[in-house]
Amino acid sequence: MGKELFNILIFPGLLFLCVFGLLAEFVDRKLYARLQNRMGPPWFQPLADFIKLLGKEDVIPTEADTAVFKLMPVVALSAAVAAFFYIPLWGTHALYYFSGDIIVVLYLLLVPTLCFFLGGWYSRSVYSMIGAVRSLTQLFAYEVPLFMCILAASLLANTWSLSEMAVFYGRHPGYWIFNSLGFVIAFISLLGKLEKVPFDIPEAETEIVAGSFTEYSGRLFAFFRMTIDVELVVGASLIAAVFLPFGLGVGQQLGFVVYLLKVFLLMALISLSRTIFARLRIDQMINLCWKYLAPLAFLQVLISLIIKWVLVK
Amino acid sequence: MNNPGDVKIPIGPQHPALKEPESFLLTLRGEKITSVNIKIGYNHRGIEKACEDRTYIQDLYLIERICGICSHSHSTCFVQAVEEIAGLEIPRRAKYLRTFIAELERIHSHLLWLGVAGHEIGFDTLLMYTWRDREIVMDLLAAITGNRVNYGINTIGGVRRDINAGHIDASLKAMDILEERTKYYVGIAQEEITLKKRLSGVGKLSYDDALRLGAVGPTARASGVARDVRKNDPYAAYTEIDFDLITDDHCDVYGRTVVRLKELLQAYKIVREVLKNLPDGPITVKAPRKIPAGEAVSRYEAPRGEDLHYVKSNGTEKPDRVKVRAPTLANIQAVSHMLEDGYLADMPIVVAAIDPCFSCTDRMISMHNCGTRKEEIVSWEFVHAKGIEWYRNKGIDFSQLNKKLHSMMNK
Repeated sequence: MGKELFNILIFPGLLFLCVFGLLAEFVDRKLYARLQNRMGPPWFQPLADFIKLLGKEDVIPTEADTAVFKLMPVVALSAAVAAFFYIPLWGTHALYYFSGDIIVVLYLLLVPTLCFFLGGWYSRSVYSMIGAVRSLTQLFAYEVPLFMCILAASLLANTWSLSEMAVFYGRHPGYWIFNSLGFVIAFISLLGKLEKVPFDIPEAETEIVAGSFTEYSGRLFAFFRMTIDVELVVGASLIAAVFLPFGLGVGQQLGFVVYLLKVFLLMALISLSRTIFARLRIDQMINLCWKYLAPLAFLQVLISLIIKWVLVK
Repeated sequence: MNNPGDVKIPIGPQHPALKEPESFLLTLRGEKITSVNIKIGYNHRGIEKACEDRTYIQDLYLIERICGICSHSHSTCFVQAVEEIAGLEIPRRAKYLRTFIAELERIHSHLLWLGVAGHEIGFDTLLMYTWRDREIVMDLLAAITGNRVNYGINTIGGVRRDINAGHIDASLKAMDILEERTKYYVGIAQEEITLKKRLSGVGKLSYDDALRLGAVGPTARASGVARDVRKNDPYAAYTEIDFDLITDDHCDVYGRTVVRLKELLQAYKIVREVLKNLPDGPITVKAPRKIPAGEAVSRYEAPRGEDLHYVKSNGTEKPDRVKVRAPTLANIQAVSHMLEDGYLADMPIVVAAIDPCFSCTDRMISMHNCGTRKEEIVSWEFVHAKGIEWYRNKGIDFSQLNKKLHSMMNK
């Protein structure tokens, strides 16, 4: 019992994720700044922002639905943290696993986006509502390619469990190469999920202020910010676990370092795309996802099926 | 047109997309804009009226403060009108120096615009890069005139500061660096996919519409209208300088970007030529304190388009009437046309594409009567009294402070 609580609350659970999330935010901001020829923030800036927000007043609009408005940041954060327990990180096995945990992880990662939608919708501000609707519209665009790519990888491994997938790819070290198309698509979809440039449409500052978060302030906003940081780490970990399954059997300490390297590599790619792209329009984003990403993801599924038929008997 | 699915969304008077308070009330159907209601007038400063209470020399500095970006444009435009009334022929060197500062101003204004445009479409890297490069020309302006903005270089009858060999060297070096950087941005504009996707086909303004709605400056030139005061009605040293009038037939925001980028390259060329052919001689002629009675209209190609000043004098040292038509007033008419049937996401960039300067444009306060919900035009005294009353109701009383100030001034 004590060990489980430690796992859930401290390591590799809530506290570790929050610290890692803040660190990831710092890396993202610093890298983004350096790529733009700026100084960038000091290492403690994300933490300082978080603490400062915690000390601020919570303003809840009179029109807003108070219960939903208050609940959403907490639900979003807990869902993102919960998803983390089922992802194999620096070993072949996650903290908890069972057959079918892929579905659970994808579902839990969907919850924060739904929370952004509900939180924005019940803020009852036009900017929030438009941001909320955009979050949901975007969700329908990127979710299908993302699911199909992860499905393709799991088809090859013939399992519904992320941990068993890690075992399979550990046993067949070269096989991740067959999923490289899926990796690219899943990464682009992840940008949509995390609402990062070029897909930061739901919180486009120059159009709808801050989208869903326009009315949020103080502690509630701090938790939303933390959710985004945690989601970043969890999303990157998921992609790393599914598409970059190497260095899993090298022991705890070294495995941990390899895991950090993988996540920071993905973080760097996210920062880079933030630097070199402009924000797309929602219709362009949907076109991109359905016209190009979804068929390519389908192709990845076909590739996996063929490879499985040929190689894995 | 009252569809139940329509959403009215206010952009402004306070909104992160706008740098100045203006109101755009958009009616949306989904993400599409069905109608636009533009309200300007949140930033009226009464400069035209204030000019009538000041002497011509004082007005010069007031006029310069109409706009923080194209300050030299307004002051040159005004000073040209005054010189025309007074019948002053300014020295050639002064003409060249005015042209020199004008082109440096165009460079910094266009670089600034490029950054703002990048920011509006969520491409902050472009903002950071162009504003970094803009510092080069800002430093140059500071070294030559003493100020980064509001250069204060014009005076009636010429310019106030001469340049030396050091300034010329520094300027030529800066032009080389800036030209190289600008070519890099041209490359970005031609190759970067998301940038092109966001700018092409957005804010369409056809050639006919540009003429009908009276667009000026880069907005008109991007629709193929060859309209540039520097060519059509040359002033300062533009008669003697060889440069190309840039037009483009994209008729959209992308075209406006291309026009501004090409104009930057032309500006470097003009600066080089001005410095090469800079004539010797005095930089100013003596101007009378009292300007003889008369009136004049002066035109000037500001970075945003044609600036127009009208000055009427009555033979005293103060003008009878000063009238300013900033380029934004000409372009704002086209904006609602450009926005209609567009996307909400394109609204910031379409508005930014005319390079708006609303406080230069604003000319009236419009008041809504809370009781009747009607718009009313009220007198200055009414607003003044209302302001005092409003502060008094909040517990702030300036009357004591005013008395103290007066007694201090009378000492």
